[in-house]
Amino acid sequence: MIATIDSIYEVLERVTDPEVPVLTILDLGIVRKVELKEDQVVITITSTYMGCPAMDMIAAQIRMEMAAAGYGSVRIEHSIRPAWTTEWMSEAGKEKLKAYGIAPPDKRFSIPEDGVECPRCSSRNTRLVSEFGSTACKALYQCRDCQDPFDYFKCH
Amino acid sequence: MPATLDYILHLADNALILGQRNAEWCGHGPVLEQDIAISNISLDLIGQARSFYQYAAEIKGGDATEDTLAYLRHEREFRNILLVEQPKGDWAYTTLRQFFFSTFQLLLFQRLITHPDERIAAIAEKSIKEVNYHVRWSSEWVVRLGDGTEESRARLQQAVDDSWPFVNELFQVENFEIESAVQVNELQKVWTEKIQACFTEAGMEIPETAGARSGGKKGIHSEHLGYILAEMQYLQRSYPGCEW
Repeated sequence: MIATIDSIYEVLERVTDPEVPVLTILDLGIVRKVELKEDQVVITITSTYMGCPAMDMIAAQIRMEMAAAGYGSVRIEHSIRPAWTTEWMSEAGKEKLKAYGIAPPDKRFSIPEDGVECPRCSSRNTRLVSEFGSTACKALYQCRDCQDPFDYFKCH
Repeated sequence: MPATLDYILHLADNALILGQRNAEWCGHGPVLEQDIAISNISLDLIGQARSFYQYAAEIKGGDATEDTLAYLRHEREFRNILLVEQPKGDWAYTTLRQFFFSTFQLLLFQRLITHPDERIAAIAEKSIKEVNYHVRWSSEWVVRLGDGTEESRARLQQAVDDSWPFVNELFQVENFEIESAVQVNELQKVWTEKIQACFTEAGMEIPETAGARSGGKKGIHSEHLGYILAEMQYLQRSYPGCEW
């Protein structure tokens, strides 16, 4: 098998975030670098939030997918600078989030008090319930029109 | 110049111990949303601690890992300030302590971003984004409780009285900090201004007396650290090297 950077990215496209399974790690923008060094593949990833408990699992999943695709030697490195930002999330990822019921990050503001678009009924008549949601990367909102509570992926 | 091992451990220990303390609220918060909030803050702090311990382990070398530093050091080897090891108390104490600590941490990390040790600078830069949330959340609670009911105000006042003796230690320069490029005593004035601004909104007053309790940075702790370490380290000490 001839390893190319493109073929490695195809493998990485199969690794999803265990906490937001509609997003691949490429959608999230946490894959920072892929390198071929002699016989070894070096993949550099970064965490979204400092204490994100999904990181160890994501690293393990990368190893498994790479092994399944026939890559023998894979090294995973972690970088923290520059710090991850939702600017690195793909547009496709934002669409997937919305379809999944999570409001995508809105770069106009980090945590708006209200005005986040409800992923279910598209109303902007919504209110912030808590800056902290079911995972570190999300805040909790409620729609005043359809009354549904929903997660908002914080602009970070 | 790289940061010294003791300094990195000090930064790590502060984050770990407060993270562990706050985690005691998990499943016991006053309402679900706030239970989630304080648990999230715990997670952020433990994430900070891991980054600092990983770096400390590289500097220490040998068999040291982030786990051995967190789970196998003794009480006297911990370099955290006394404030973070105090029992979680009631919601007023927990949120007020978080406000004091996070306000301090924000000022400290803003300086550490330009630290000559790039690893320290990178951890600070990453953490700041999260510490901003902690400051905002905790300051909102101080205002809500201070400007709330007679009961909430009395509890916050008690929290101020109980925590204030430990505040001064934040700004006492320890030997390992002299080389750290951030003189924490220089942060006291602006820290106090920020606390004052929030207290004014909350209708609270800063105590006139300076806090007298210190020693944590030297490894001389209050009786509470031993108990928290016993709980946190129990598994690794009973089943060395246990993984799951």
